[in-house]
Amino acid sequence: MHGILRIAFKLLVNDRGKFAALLVGITFAVLLMVMVTSMFAGVMSRASATVINTGSSLWVMDPAVNTVANSIPVPDYVLDAVRSIAGVKYAVPLFTGSGLVKLPDGAYQAVSIMGLDDSSLVGRPELVEGHIEDIYADNGFIVVKDSEYPKLGSPHVGAEFEINDHRGVIVGIGRVASSGLFGIPALYTTYGRAVQDLPSTRFTMSYVLVEPKTPADIARIARQVADLGYRALTKEQFIQRTSSFYKYQTGVGINIMLMTVISFIVGLSISGQTFYTFILENLDKFGALKAIGARSRELIAMILFQAAFTGLTGYGLGVGLCAVLIAAAKMRLPSYAATVTFFNLGMAFAMVLIITGVASYTGIRRVIRIEPFDVFRA
Amino acid sequence: MNAAIRATALSKWFGQGALRTPAVREVSFEARFGELLYIVGPSGSGKTTLLSILSGILRPDAGTVELEGRDLWSLDADSLAQLRLHKIGFVFQDYHLFPRLTTLENVAIPLILQRVPWDEALDQAARHLEIVGLNERANLPPVKLSGGEQQRVAIARAVVSRPDLLILDEPTASLDGDTGRRIIDFVKREVLNAHRCILIVTHDSRIFEYSDRILHMEDGRLRQVEEHHVHE
Repeated sequence: MHGILRIAFKLLVNDRGKFAALLVGITFAVLLMVMVTSMFAGVMSRASATVINTGSSLWVMDPAVNTVANSIPVPDYVLDAVRSIAGVKYAVPLFTGSGLVKLPDGAYQAVSIMGLDDSSLVGRPELVEGHIEDIYADNGFIVVKDSEYPKLGSPHVGAEFEINDHRGVIVGIGRVASSGLFGIPALYTTYGRAVQDLPSTRFTMSYVLVEPKTPADIARIARQVADLGYRALTKEQFIQRTSSFYKYQTGVGINIMLMTVISFIVGLSISGQTFYTFILENLDKFGALKAIGARSRELIAMILFQAAFTGLTGYGLGVGLCAVLIAAAKMRLPSYAATVTFFNLGMAFAMVLIITGVASYTGIRRVIRIEPFDVFRA
Repeated sequence: MNAAIRATALSKWFGQGALRTPAVREVSFEARFGELLYIVGPSGSGKTTLLSILSGILRPDAGTVELEGRDLWSLDADSLAQLRLHKIGFVFQDYHLFPRLTTLENVAIPLILQRVPWDEALDQAARHLEIVGLNERANLPPVKLSGGEQQRVAIARAVVSRPDLLILDEPTASLDGDTGRRIIDFVKREVLNAHRCILIVTHDSRIFEYSDRILHMEDGRLRQVEEHHVHE
């Protein structure tokens, strides 16, 4: 490390009170920003769990559908029409809905039901126990082993249960990439059994899952689906549409944004004010350094180094603390929805850059203006 | 003896229009290597302004300052800063030591600004702390030292880079009489040499006896030059 930066480092860290205040300001700002946005990312990820877990490239749906959980059934002819579009490799129906499972103790537990196409089972979960072909057995269901699994009494393969007054048997235990948003267990069965056992409207098909022959066919398929009066969205578009709904039409997004802005302002206020005070308290010393022969750019380098060191340390501590809190929360609450994403980390880092930039700018302005002559005037 | 610094017709005004006030008026003198020169006068007489001009910190409105034959004020800001760093040592009235650094690190600062490697700078600083008799206090922060000790640390910091010109601003202002005299006696015995000129701004008459020459200032003008003793 260059000597002048080493001096800057010692001036900063040896002033323990101020350094601690600076770190606390930035650490908590980062913690709040990352925590809030991670919880939002976690919720968004879970809101699109069905889309993520099913893995289909293209989803055909009623145009009024905003989220995957709120499907609007489409008539059977849509499936045939989609299958006839050039560029479609295959198209299968998907049922999504919910039911009530009666537990052995007599209590009821809501579950989400996924009815997979009987012939292809497109969108099935990865099995960790049992055999996929057993799903065709009488009353066969696959249960997803995730954080909600214990709510069904952690059933094993062969366990029987009652769903909407029908008998059900667990024939397999599977796992999926993402658990659902609403904190209820998930069961998979065949499309045929799902529409047979669960009450439904006149139309039973929630979505048509489409696989195009090539990615270039997607646009044409979407156009022709639109001509039918329906909407075709890619997996990414559907996730985005779901996310946009929660962000802009439920108030969740605005609240998250407000929390992030407040965290930023708190961090900026504490750190900016403390850093400025730190500079003011050392202003005469900076003036003395100028008189001795330090050039302005060297003093600026000292301040930027101090700001950068504080910012990066606070950022690291904030992210680390956030990760520890999320891990601790997930240990106690397996269904806790929070996901630290690179976007969240990048956004918090940009915020820290702004906080340290503003804090150091105000300090640099004062240091640049200090006249060494003032040092002689004591 | 050669002239270490030469001031020619220096003038400096502060303020604008009707409020324009002269701080230094037509001051000319020269200080020689090996000389301990005092600039004395009452408050407001222009001593500090003159000192700032001589040390390349405050630009004069008229006149020139030559340090070892180089016109100080013809240099750009960076060159002037470099010249101060390598040729001039400062002892400020309030010392301006960094309370968060050790005494040793404080002394090493001019060398660090000169980009001398850290360990080498600390070695040289330790030698200078030994000269001022504070090597046992090297790892203490300056706030743990007495006023006289802090003054000696400031002197060690000022001379660590072996400057040709040493400037002391009111060096005894915060010290009691005995300590003040001991400090100046130390400066004269240990710091002054044939290759260095020392300028002291003071109005402490108790230390006048140590000077070689005294420049008396009044209302920004040089009123009297008093010869005490000249080193040969």
